[in-house]
Amino acid sequence: MAMAQAGILLLIAVIAVLASAKAHDAQFAIHMGLIAAIAMGAAIWRLRTMNVSAKAAAAAPTGYMDGVVRYGTVATMFWGIAGFLVGVLIALQLAFPDLNVEPYFNFNRLRPLHTSAVIFAFGGNALLCTSFYVVQRTCGARLFGGGLAWFVFWGYQLFIVLAATGYLLGVTQSKEYAEPEWYIDLWLTIVWVAYLIVFLGTLVKRKEPHIYVANWFFLSFIVTVAMLHVVNNLAVPVSFLGAKSYPIFAGVQDALTQWWYGHNAVGFFLTAGFLGMMYYFVPKQVERPVYSYRLSVVHFWSLIFLYIWAGPHHLHYTALPDWAQTLGMVFSIMLWMPSWGGMINGLMTLSGAWDKLRTDPVIRMMVLAIAFYGMSTFEGPMMSIKAVNSLSHYTDWTIGHVHSGALGWVGMISFGAIYYLVPKLWERQRLYSLRLVNWHFWLATIGIVLYAASMWVSGIMQGLMWREYNAEGFLVYSFAESVAAMFPYYIIRALGGVLYLAGALIMAFNLYRTIRGDLRKEVPMGGVVQPAE
Amino acid sequence: MAQQTGKRSLFSHATVERNVSVLFVLSFLVVTVGGIVEIAPLFYLENTIEEVDGVRPYSPLELAGRNIYVREGCYVCHSQMVRPMRDEVERYGHYSLAAESMYDRPFQWGSKRTGPDLARVGNRYSDIWHVEHLIEPRSVVPESIMPSYAFLATTDLKFDDIAGHLRANKLLGVPYTDEMVAEARADLIAQAGGSDDPSGVQERYPKAQARDFDGDPTRITEMDALVAYLQMLGTLVDFTTYEPLAEGNLR
Amino acid sequence: MSTYDTLRHFADSWGLLFLMAVFIGVIIWVLRPGSGRIYRQQSEIPFKHEDKPAAGPGRDNAGGD
Repeated sequence: MAMAQAGILLLIAVIAVLASAKAHDAQFAIHMGLIAAIAMGAAIWRLRTMNVSAKAAAAAPTGYMDGVVRYGTVATMFWGIAGFLVGVLIALQLAFPDLNVEPYFNFNRLRPLHTSAVIFAFGGNALLCTSFYVVQRTCGARLFGGGLAWFVFWGYQLFIVLAATGYLLGVTQSKEYAEPEWYIDLWLTIVWVAYLIVFLGTLVKRKEPHIYVANWFFLSFIVTVAMLHVVNNLAVPVSFLGAKSYPIFAGVQDALTQWWYGHNAVGFFLTAGFLGMMYYFVPKQVERPVYSYRLSVVHFWSLIFLYIWAGPHHLHYTALPDWAQTLGMVFSIMLWMPSWGGMINGLMTLSGAWDKLRTDPVIRMMVLAIAFYGMSTFEGPMMSIKAVNSLSHYTDWTIGHVHSGALGWVGMISFGAIYYLVPKLWERQRLYSLRLVNWHFWLATIGIVLYAASMWVSGIMQGLMWREYNAEGFLVYSFAESVAAMFPYYIIRALGGVLYLAGALIMAFNLYRTIRGDLRKEVPMGGVVQPAE
Repeated sequence: MAQQTGKRSLFSHATVERNVSVLFVLSFLVVTVGGIVEIAPLFYLENTIEEVDGVRPYSPLELAGRNIYVREGCYVCHSQMVRPMRDEVERYGHYSLAAESMYDRPFQWGSKRTGPDLARVGNRYSDIWHVEHLIEPRSVVPESIMPSYAFLATTDLKFDDIAGHLRANKLLGVPYTDEMVAEARADLIAQAGGSDDPSGVQERYPKAQARDFDGDPTRITEMDALVAYLQMLGTLVDFTTYEPLAEGNLR
Repeated sequence: MSTYDTLRHFADSWGLLFLMAVFIGVIIWVLRPGSGRIYRQQSEIPFKHEDKPAAGPGRDNAGGD
């Protein structure tokens, strides 16, 4: 088995070397060289560990497969910090353009790096590791497919590395959140199918008669992202030895396909998947079952049915036909209801245990995440109304909206889940320090508030400046004047980002000490409860 | 969601909760509906794209320039989609038509205006303005926060495989003729000022502007291609003859 | 009146009313006394197999319900 795997890896290395040598452009050559080096390294590692794995195989593993989950939490933290750091850098580049270093570190190459790093690397790894953890616990079964889960993990990291280096080298389709080129997309498709097999396989061999609702959300996330990814990235490469490709859809069709993808990257990657997280980790941390299981059923079906329609609200007043814009708007507004149903369900899980908010900052983090979920799922439908959108579109308001969802909801629920997971996975008594979690909570919260508030102001200001007329009927401001007016808000936004990043660094330190097995001596959170007089 | 609550009476939801295949198939069906209803009609409804004269496939040099625009991720800060509002039309020009991006692979409508819209930037500024602006944006627009792209002026355009690019587009339905593909390389050189008689490229690509764009006639740089692309943006359709209310243009 | 206007008027009047009614209905349905009982068992799943997989042979998946 190990021999065969090493053989395949060597074959891949040889093919990649040939492709690199014959490549049409430098970028493709670099990527193929990278793949060759990685395949070579993996083959050597496989051969060297052959004897060990043979011994391990003799005793069939029994317990849960948590090694890959442990790696996943570390990867989540690593990519999270990398992504936040790039975010702070590009925020500063907008305030101080001299920070651009052409060509590789220009804003326009770093911005996709930031979005992909936080969405796909940080968010994706968080989803991978939590879904692997949750599906095993709620099925009472070990992960299906043996080493396949490891292939999913490492394959996904390779996708991230290829995509990230590609952006810096100028390998991009310039389709938002779908920037990677055809060969990287193909690789992700293979990894994703493997992910689906592992997940479905585990569900099939479950010992629990019912499929817990968190798994429905994870499953729909995996299935839908597969569909979106494949359809939106259909393209014809100029050469099979070059990086460049042309999408099969053009113009208006490409636009709608892209935003059908783009909005559901939000809906299924950043919402459905993380709701799966919410439905497991909030009950576990609070030690109470979910408030209403029925509501979660309704939440699930209505959310996945409605979300998929909402894409056209990204194209209001464009050359997209009106009927499609209207459909997008109507469904976006309807989406508000299931979203708030889910929010209520998450928050009410705490009913009867609200006092834990005082003593457990991890719960506080989760509650804040759910609150931000509620806030951005209200703001989103509002911004999808055409009248509002005519002002907000193309402005920083959109950026602020995305970040209140991303930093508030996705970030905080992931942090909460990882704070829960790390002591369990490494079998530690508790986290190194709850006080540090509290610091993280406040830094992140203030960071988000600064971010969202500054982007509201700058976004609305931009929109108003662009459409301001004077008494004589002339436009008042040139575009350049509106750019100059943004400066103070871009500084505040960057400051918000720095605080959020600082919180994440504290978290990394806290987790590192937890994994080492250290316990900080500290006064318990919420103080000592005073006996009644 | 009404549909779902209705379904509960027809069969027990418990079936879904206990059967992976049913859950898998059902959730997949539910998520496909929206996409099919919204996207599919765009391919067969004839009035999705207006009938306008003048829109043609990109010339080889313009296509190469567009690929640099794509490579550098200009869409991150610049839209190419003028909305039909008074301020936008006065600031940028006639609102964008679907027809104007019918050969755009990928579309570059954008979603954010950190910089101004570029859908109609063609012929608004001189070539030298564009070159200086790309080399050092703040030398011509002091408030600008755009990164500088000086390397474009010193990087030779790679166009040995330009015919392959046309061929890939042709495969996808862009009406490039065999002649256009065969002449792609020569047309690119001619349009970049490398030929005394650019009539061939202008015949194949009406309104194509042929000259040395970057101020350095000795070589064809990425700057040549990008400026050629910027200078043609929004210039193809003659809006003095376009009738927005004509039958077939109403959407 | 264009299709867009018709749809918009429908959406922001009857559509909105209908959805609001559905939303309130669902909330009442969920909060009504006794609804919790049925799903009690499912909602307890996260607390069952914390440390190791369930013992015994695999559950027959084909059976359904």
